[in-house]
Amino acid sequence: MKKEIIIAGFGGQGVLSMGKILAYSGLLQGKEVTWMPSYGPEQRGGTANVTVILSDERISSPILTSYDVAILLNQPSLDKFEPKIKPGGIIILDSNGISRFPERKDIKVYQIDAMEAAQKANSPKTFNMIVLGGLLKIVPVVKLENVMLGLKKTLPERHHKLLPLNEQAIQIGMDIIHEI
Amino acid sequence: MEEIRLMKGNEAIAEAAIRYGCDGYFGYPITPQSEIMETLMELQPWKTTGMVVLQAESEVSAINMVYGGAGCGKSVMTSSSSPGVSLKQEGISYIACAELPCLIVNVMRGGPGLGTIQPSQADYFQAVKGGGHGDYRLIVLAPSSVQEMADFVALGFDLAFKYRTPSMIIADGIIGQMMEKVILPPYRPRRTNDEIRQQCPWATLGKPDNRERNVTTSLALEAEEMERTNLRLQAKYKEICENEVRFEAVNCDDADFVLIAFGSIARVCMSAMEIGRKEGLKIGVLRPITLYPFPTLKIQELAKKAKGILTVELSAGQMVEDVRLAVNGSIPVEFYGRMGGVVPTPEEVLEQLKKQLVK
Repeated sequence: MKKEIIIAGFGGQGVLSMGKILAYSGLLQGKEVTWMPSYGPEQRGGTANVTVILSDERISSPILTSYDVAILLNQPSLDKFEPKIKPGGIIILDSNGISRFPERKDIKVYQIDAMEAAQKANSPKTFNMIVLGGLLKIVPVVKLENVMLGLKKTLPERHHKLLPLNEQAIQIGMDIIHEI
Repeated sequence: MEEIRLMKGNEAIAEAAIRYGCDGYFGYPITPQSEIMETLMELQPWKTTGMVVLQAESEVSAINMVYGGAGCGKSVMTSSSSPGVSLKQEGISYIACAELPCLIVNVMRGGPGLGTIQPSQADYFQAVKGGGHGDYRLIVLAPSSVQEMADFVALGFDLAFKYRTPSMIIADGIIGQMMEKVILPPYRPRRTNDEIRQQCPWATLGKPDNRERNVTTSLALEAEEMERTNLRLQAKYKEICENEVRFEAVNCDDADFVLIAFGSIARVCMSAMEIGRKEGLKIGVLRPITLYPFPTLKIQELAKKAKGILTVELSAGQMVEDVRLAVNGSIPVEFYGRMGGVVPTPEEVLEQLKKQLVK
């Protein structure tokens, strides 16, 4: 098993953290993982992306040209990565971030309106965990229990009281994601 | 105890240094390696192991602080990125001549000049051929994973002390910024001054009554004395070349075409090899782990069976000169590289191999 995933959106949306939690969960499940951010002179509001690879075998290149799964949270990311999804691959998007839907017919597209759900739940910061929940529903590459363990490892101890809120957010994501 | 973590390469270096029992880190921040000092500052090892972590006023100061610590037999290190490592060269030459051990980390970025902050390997010549003035060499280690970033701290220090010469780790922004699974080594206590006196009789830790004073210097007033120093250094480098070559050879046994690459781009070459093998091309990858000493003999052995070699680097072609020296014209050695921080994809590497070697 090898899954090559790109997560892309605005800086500040929690794209890198989401990738980190996913990678940590994979590690706890005994997989080989790499987490490769687009790094550069980045700023809040600019675009950010991270490539996460989960594999049963040693991972060669951390730099990829095509992906199995893309989580695309704004229009520039959709424009950039839609052509780079492998045939039969998956796009997960939030309709709040985009002005057009993907055009390709050889991939599956899932919609998760996480921005709206996070606001409705009165916790906008859980946005990325709702998206992660959606991913786990469609691509159950890691077990929920390992995600919670990964979250515990990633969050500083003073924030551990927020773990139930995050688990709830993952659940919301699993409930609201749907194919379009 | 050993510990499994998800870490950036830069963070792994910092953690590994503390666990090795490093006595001091002296540095000045520069992207893409600032997390090394940031992690050390966050972990505050001066409260636990007693390790000193100091932000110097410049790279030049930092390397000379290393010189001072190394003279006392302490396990000391510095880190920087390309422009900062250029500033350190004078100090590195002095340390090499004074025959002192230390660890220098260069997380390379695109150059020349202030360049970019993206990944590059264009400091190969600087690291491997001397860098500073005079006839000296460094032991140069090239990690290609976060695990190796952690492992090479101990290896670099051990080799530096074994041969009383500086070791350098050269990585780039990919290895520094990427997170992977790392198995961290157990904590090792820092050496006491008594242990240092025992293991490093040359250390300038204070003169006891029963011996002459120790002197560490890179200055000689007589030419003959300086030549003796040089002969001693050259004998040491010969011994290093005979004993310390390290490399990884993957699928080289039946390979018609060999990709030779180090560090991050070697990982891209491994993927190119996997894709090419599926297409029926017999491709192997040779990844030099020590860039000095260079795996010359292994390359000569491969050249007896292979039809051609493609050296791939994030530079205009530096290591390829050493590959060509090893092969000495017996088979074609071609080159592919990107510069300034651009990283080629596995598909691009494979395309170049086909274009330049398979034809």
